[in-house]
Amino acid sequence: MKQIVIISGKGGTGKTSVTASFAALARKSVLADCDVDAADLHLILQPEIKRREVFRSGHEAGIRVSDCTGCGVCEEVCRFDAIGRAEDGATCFVRDMSCEGCGVCVSACPVGAIDFPEREGGEWFISDTRCGPMAHARLTPGGENSGRLVALVREQAVELAKERQADWVLVDGPPGIGCPVIASLTGTDLAVIVTEPTLSGAHDLSRVLDLAQHFHIPVALVVNKYDLNADLAVRLEKEARERGAFLAGRLPYDGAFTEAQRQGLSVVEYGKGAAAEEIKELWKRIREKINHE
Amino acid sequence: MSRVDGAFRIAVASGKGGTGKTTVAVSLAVLQAQQEEPVQYLDCDVEEPNGHIFLKPAIEETEEAGILIPVVDPALCDGCRKCGDACEFHAIVVPKKAVVFPELCHGCGGCLRACPTGAITEAFRAVGVVECGKAGRLSFVQGLLNIGEAMAPPLIRAVKKKIQPTGLALLDAPPGTACAVVTTVKDADYVLLVTEPTPFGLNDLKLAVELMRSLGRPFGVVVNRACGDDSVRRYCREEGLALLAEIPDDRAVAESYSRGELPLDTVPSFRRALEQLKETLSAACEAVGR
Repeated sequence: MKQIVIISGKGGTGKTSVTASFAALARKSVLADCDVDAADLHLILQPEIKRREVFRSGHEAGIRVSDCTGCGVCEEVCRFDAIGRAEDGATCFVRDMSCEGCGVCVSACPVGAIDFPEREGGEWFISDTRCGPMAHARLTPGGENSGRLVALVREQAVELAKERQADWVLVDGPPGIGCPVIASLTGTDLAVIVTEPTLSGAHDLSRVLDLAQHFHIPVALVVNKYDLNADLAVRLEKEARERGAFLAGRLPYDGAFTEAQRQGLSVVEYGKGAAAEEIKELWKRIREKINHE
Repeated sequence: MSRVDGAFRIAVASGKGGTGKTTVAVSLAVLQAQQEEPVQYLDCDVEEPNGHIFLKPAIEETEEAGILIPVVDPALCDGCRKCGDACEFHAIVVPKKAVVFPELCHGCGGCLRACPTGAITEAFRAVGVVECGKAGRLSFVQGLLNIGEAMAPPLIRAVKKKIQPTGLALLDAPPGTACAVVTTVKDADYVLLVTEPTPFGLNDLKLAVELMRSLGRPFGVVVNRACGDDSVRRYCREEGLALLAEIPDDRAVAESYSRGELPLDTVPSFRRALEQLKETLSAACEAVGR
């Protein structure tokens, strides 16, 4: 069983469209949507939810106004600027969506006026799709610990893959290089980086290549919308190759990406446009590359 | 537009990545500066900041930003485990003596307070840098997260400390709806949500709207790459959301962007849309400022 993560650094380069197409092409795969705070893969794969669980994302402080003396100790010890003071100054309160969940104020409060209940930060799901089983999630907008939810989704996908003796785990990753990306990337067999030939894409590619290198994950590069700026596309490929990446291929700027999305299909299922055939070739090259190693 | 504790803050956010946050935020900043109005652009997308590509600022000042993490003196640690029990993030464990895992530490100081023997002190750990400079009349700030670093919020907080006392501050937010976005937008006076008329764009806009409502932030929507698909327009109407402008879909914008050139200077229809946006946005901000 091989785990492939699709990431990009920059957002909106076509990660999810590529993942959905790979899902349609790969036999015996399990899917994981790790872009938990802006998940879109379900819009294409239309999962039928089989199991649904609450995501407990740690704890959150809450001050009982009736017991608060307004001494301000909590305000002093909080390093996350999460404590405010009521307009009359007599009591303190925890600002919405500001609590880090460290519990420092809870133990510091001299009158024990601060509760520390578990908080629910979203849900995660196990589903069936036409392309295989899928683990996915919905972080409550503003929810803490998205990285932990990503790790959970990946664990579920790997378990499913073992159960079903799947050959592939395909992970749709989030943009960026921070916590949820790290949680999507570490321990995978290959990172497919989908980039675009724009100066922003180039800048972000360079940083996400650094990240993959940092965690010793091999990289395959896909330049999407290459004809937007063909010269820059060549430069991106050169940089990536020099840094040890496998060049999986290029995709044209193709309206079929959006049209397929509107119809709830992956680009290869939609079938029209030049990109569909190219993606099939991409997948073939990636499959051969990974099976060789 | 004003507020008591500093510049009026407009955050540009999106839910979905790649919808045009940076293009819009930078363009608004440039339009503002061209009218000789004091403006500051702050790139809070510290994982992948791109505003500098278009603004080409001269950086005048660079400083490290980070958190305080515990350092254990083994001679003083008696292995009582109180620090480990206090830590909610499993960043300090005590097999025999306390051991710190810096990359898990949120820097709350809980272990330091819990330690009865004084074995714990704190040391600064950088998570990235804050760079400040100028691009013409425009004041520029960006955060740049170190590679392999998980936690963006402490760096975003450091970027926001640079907000000037007066004028307009435009904050370019990261994509998504998680903690980095919350840290950027939670005290914004107004939030501009940039989306595109696709199923992904609409889905992620709905999540961003949910976030704005739970944060109680006033916000409006701008549709980028507007075309025949009126799903976002319909959604805004149904939900009673302010649709501030539509930027027409044009490959020339994408090509200009690819070269790091602001389409404001190269594509007239884009400039018109942005000028309109500046007007409607400023009216919307006046309304909430009152």
